[in-house]
Amino acid sequence: MSTDTAAIGSVPLLAKAPRGPRHSFVRTVVARLRYDYLTLFFMGVILLAILSAVFAPWLAPHDPYATSMILRLKPVGFEGHLLGTDELGRDVLSRILYGGRMSLMMGIVPVLMAVLVGGLLGVVAGFAGGWVNMIIMRIMDVFYAFPSVLLAVAISGTLGGGVVSGLLALTLVFIPSMCRITETATTQIRGLDFVEAARASGASSGSIILDHIVGNILPPVFVYASSLVSVSVLLGAGLSFLGLGVAPPTPDWGQMLSSLRQAIYVQPIVCALPGLAIFIVSLSFNLVSDGLRQAMDIKA
Amino acid sequence: MWTYAAQRVLYAIPIALGVSIVCFCLVYLAPGDPLQSLLPADATAEDIAAIRRLYGFDKALPLQYLDWLVRVISGDLGISLQTNRPVLEEVLRALSNTLSIAVGAVLLAFVLAFTLGTIAAYNRGKLIDRVATALSAVGVSIPNYWLAIVLVIVFAVNLRWLPATGMGGQGSDSFNWLDWDQARYAILPMVTMALLPLGVVMRSSRSAVAEVLGQDFVQMLRAKGLRPIAILTHAVRNALPQILAIMGLQLGYLIGGSILIETIFTWPGTGFLMSKAILTRDIPLLQGTILVLALAFVAINLVVDILQTVVDPRVKRA
Repeated sequence: MSTDTAAIGSVPLLAKAPRGPRHSFVRTVVARLRYDYLTLFFMGVILLAILSAVFAPWLAPHDPYATSMILRLKPVGFEGHLLGTDELGRDVLSRILYGGRMSLMMGIVPVLMAVLVGGLLGVVAGFAGGWVNMIIMRIMDVFYAFPSVLLAVAISGTLGGGVVSGLLALTLVFIPSMCRITETATTQIRGLDFVEAARASGASSGSIILDHIVGNILPPVFVYASSLVSVSVLLGAGLSFLGLGVAPPTPDWGQMLSSLRQAIYVQPIVCALPGLAIFIVSLSFNLVSDGLRQAMDIKA
Repeated sequence: MWTYAAQRVLYAIPIALGVSIVCFCLVYLAPGDPLQSLLPADATAEDIAAIRRLYGFDKALPLQYLDWLVRVISGDLGISLQTNRPVLEEVLRALSNTLSIAVGAVLLAFVLAFTLGTIAAYNRGKLIDRVATALSAVGVSIPNYWLAIVLVIVFAVNLRWLPATGMGGQGSDSFNWLDWDQARYAILPMVTMALLPLGVVMRSSRSAVAEVLGQDFVQMLRAKGLRPIAILTHAVRNALPQILAIMGLQLGYLIGGSILIETIFTWPGTGFLMSKAILTRDIPLLQGTILVLALAFVAINLVVDILQTVVDPRVKRA
């Protein structure tokens, strides 16, 4: 998982903060997770979803774009088409495998961008305090004043839809909450004794942020980000369901769900399948985030 | 209380102004000349020149914003490109349709979620608690647009109990809950909408009630030998204000986030209006709808904040 590297990257930083023996935090978390079978199971589901999206060209039994006038809207279990076919006779299993690429990207990329931008703003606001904090956080409050679906649709809708506008819209939706999380965490840590000690021994603001703040805010940020991926998958698929996502022949779960909806009276089960994929991925990220929160002992 | 209320109102004004700036900028986000997105495609050169002068597109951006703001405050949100009717009129009619299902959905969600959450909190760690917790995780992650489709498959396609789409008979404009012929169209959209906040509210109800149950005074009540029901009544009364506040926010989210559900059920509310506006590139209508919904959200938050201090004076100190 790409998000995993972020946590591993934090190890040396965490160790610099004078708290217990080396690597103790990561070791504790791993030790706790080892017996949390539910979280491990859903981590496996996420890994499987990512792998099947990456290796879709090798796994898919059919070309996801190959249409067939004869084999339209076949049921689940139809020979040669395990999950049936869609309204143009395309293989649904292949399209779900390929569609995972777009849907997972819509889930993960906006969150990563929001962690970078929102995290940076939050650390600056929390560390600087005073009027810098006030300006940044009041601007964030304005974006908080929009319900997330509304903001995403507003931005992506006025930009005219498409993958890039969807990614931008979702990123903008997540920046305020990411910023608030990092700001709260930074403000708390900034007041702790070891930061004071670092400052007294002559450390610059930049090195305090890099060595002490970033490492210590990573666990809550990581937990929160993984739960945001769950939201982002839902919203991203929702945007393409509304026709604001990727352009039609390219498979995407939300867009598949929307086009199969026309066939709801003919093949209700096939019609529900892309939504099931969205649900499983979103649920997995949500539960893994819960498991990590418990293992890292972070208060909600 | 009045000072607190005044503070909150004063604080909401800059937020509302910020919201209006974001909505104003949306027109400039749209690809192409902002003027083009405000005019029908077949507008003549004189029309374009007239609108340019009328809307002041030749002025500096901040001045344009001020002009726009003055028009908005006087109730002029522009003219819809598709219907040629005032945007405000269109939005308000749609909003009343959205509210007729959203309010019902919030009430339904509140009753279900608070009951389940309280039962889970009282039986902490037992099977029923785990089932409830699992259900709330499912509720949070389920795509509502998918749930809507599944409900349509079950209740409209297979069982044929309820209509799949639309709002009442022959495209009528007004909606009346008391008329069953109309009300049955609202049931599926309302139930789908109610399931949306269920997970979140159940989770917060559970933790709120559990927190009260862990307090010393509950221990005292137990020691005095009160029946479980009586103890629970105390716990519920203490946890309720917090949950009411969350419910208020959820109403705002539902009104703002109704676009997917209304599109699926072709329910002529604000969400449906927005998705029509996006499809037809009707930017004035889109901008106006977003502005009204976002301002409604700010207003709901404000009312919830103030109501909470009325119900529970402790909140003020936090």
